[in-house]
Amino acid sequence: MNSEVRTFGIAVILFLAAATLPLISSGYLLSIGVSIAVYTVLATSWTLFSGPTNYISLAVAAFFGIGMYVVAGGIDLLPFPVLVLIGAVVGALFSAIVGLATLRISGVYFVIFTLGLAELIRQVVSWGQATMGTSSGLYVLTDFTDPQIYWALLVLAAVVFLIGWWIGRSRLGFALRIIGNDEVVAVHSGINTARAKVILFVISCTFASITGALVAPRYSYVEPTIAFNPFISFQVVIMALLGGVHRLWGPLLGVIPFTILWELISANFPTQTTLLLGAAFLLIVYFIPHGIVGLIESGIQKWKGDQHG
Amino acid sequence: MQRRTIFKLAAAAVLAGSFGLGSAQAADPIKIGVVGPKTGPLAGGAAVTHFPNFELWAHQVNARGGLKLKDGQRKIELIVYDDRTQPGETIKAVQRLATVDKADFIMAPYGTGFNLAVAPIFDKYGYPQLAQAAVTDKMDELVKRYPGLFFVQGSTTSYAKTAIDVLKKLKDEGKIGNKVAVVNVADAFGIELANAGRPLFKEAGFEIVYDKSYPLGTQDLAPVIKAAKAANPDAFVAWSYPPDTIGLAQQAKIEGLDVKAYYSAVATAFPVFKKAVGDASENILGAGGVKYTPELEKFYKELKDVTGVDGDYWGNPVYYSMLQIIEQSIEAVGSMDRKAITEHIKTHKFNTLIGEIDLSSQRLQWLWTVGQWQDGIFHGVNGVNVSDGKPVRLKTGW
Repeated sequence: MNSEVRTFGIAVILFLAAATLPLISSGYLLSIGVSIAVYTVLATSWTLFSGPTNYISLAVAAFFGIGMYVVAGGIDLLPFPVLVLIGAVVGALFSAIVGLATLRISGVYFVIFTLGLAELIRQVVSWGQATMGTSSGLYVLTDFTDPQIYWALLVLAAVVFLIGWWIGRSRLGFALRIIGNDEVVAVHSGINTARAKVILFVISCTFASITGALVAPRYSYVEPTIAFNPFISFQVVIMALLGGVHRLWGPLLGVIPFTILWELISANFPTQTTLLLGAAFLLIVYFIPHGIVGLIESGIQKWKGDQHG
Repeated sequence: MQRRTIFKLAAAAVLAGSFGLGSAQAADPIKIGVVGPKTGPLAGGAAVTHFPNFELWAHQVNARGGLKLKDGQRKIELIVYDDRTQPGETIKAVQRLATVDKADFIMAPYGTGFNLAVAPIFDKYGYPQLAQAAVTDKMDELVKRYPGLFFVQGSTTSYAKTAIDVLKKLKDEGKIGNKVAVVNVADAFGIELANAGRPLFKEAGFEIVYDKSYPLGTQDLAPVIKAAKAANPDAFVAWSYPPDTIGLAQQAKIEGLDVKAYYSAVATAFPVFKKAVGDASENILGAGGVKYTPELEKFYKELKDVTGVDGDYWGNPVYYSMLQIIEQSIEAVGSMDRKAITEHIKTHKFNTLIGEIDLSSQRLQWLWTVGQWQDGIFHGVNGVNVSDGKPVRLKTGW
């Protein structure tokens, strides 16, 4: 119990420290901070579902885009916080339908389906705009500033961590870990696997929708290609895997170095970004296959071993 | 999350170090920031219409010793960043240019959404933003919001309207009938043009005998052209995008689509269109167009020599003219005082490659929006507030 209180205390202090960033910098560092906050929420919430179950979802962009479009579509009609809420509800409902329909399939079929989902929604939105006679993009002209968006994302990240912490110690989290290890065993132990998977999938996707909704004012202009960019999904998966998906704080350790690494590459080698990034991937996969968390944990173990030896 | 802060501080230190902050001296070159997609969906267009103009301009300015400022001549140094066709990256790149690189001037990015995403940052740091590659029907609201934002492209409606006006004129002169087949690519600008066009066709007295959209990236355009042909139109209009603009023309040639007027939108003005379609491109109408002058011919030749790129007959000359405006304004002000430069742009007329430009209302007052391939050149035939376009020719076979 004591150690849990201590961990919680440290987390609160770190959170408050992160919250001071806009006071230090309103420019470039803050824009990196926003990027890190966006991907922290996306990667951590992605890991809530995909970490324990080993279901690799490439649908993040789909739900991110849904949240963005809810805000873009209603910004002239409703206040922003209401739209964020609606974005969350729409994301949740939609992910429940998708989850119920697809979580019976597994392995590579699920991956392919989720990848196609973002594309499907993008095409439907394009078609909708083509037939309903609006322009190709929607304008989100608000007075929100980067610090406000950053703080909102930070609060969202805190909520994700709290929910992740709660799931980890609940029966639901336990059930998911069993599903991830062996789904057949889980079924035979009397776990309602479909229900557990759908609940987690909905939680995970809802956060992606809220993130999209919060980021929409920052982009000012939302188009299907921007909102449903499949690259977002890939980036989230890569960052989470780099950090490590078996600890709640794992993705964070992927998001931060990844964002900074990419930033350094694109600032110093703007024309070779993709090439150098590819090389960096190869090195990461080869030298840290279990993510940064794995690296840290094996380091600690080794250190402890040395102490005893 | 303290880790996060530490990482940020570390990043700041590394970034600051790698850029040598605070070492600016009077003799240093003027730093001009350029942001655009070198990778991602928009990279192909930007490689022709966006990046080469800056390269040519910097080359020419430096060749004559640099920009003339009050404290002597200073050369230009371009700082180029890839935004990977993601607005989040465009925002970061412009922030980096403004606050880390301390760029003296930043060029507007490529694409409507990308320009709007960074407009608040340009505004915040007082950089004038001459948006060459942004097409919107919300100009009024946007220029009021951002006093340093200038639109240097037409509105969507103006592109559709001027194209339909060309057809209406032909119809009124009795050269073509009133049946028109319209197709569009179901993406961004294609959708907007199609939606703007429908009521305008009706108003102009046309009967739309075929109206269909096709998805972006459609490989087989034969069904589109076959169905349009079956409707027996007098004119064919495609609100199209680069790959399909070429595909449609090639397919129309194969099918022998018998129309007196043929229009396709984006990329008809590109040299690659003429290369791909060959002589059949003669008398095809499209978006863009130029008034062909000896200066323009020289511009295309220099662009080719310096950058290896064949310029298009639409964006390139307008882009380059914007650079001339920026250059003239900087030299007139005599320093890199951005506020004074913005003010100068708003209060003066400029002689440019494409003619005299007045940006006092934060937007271009005139523009070629419809062109036609005539004897191997894509001449402007109609536009907004232009009157000396080439006479339109009828399409006589493929």
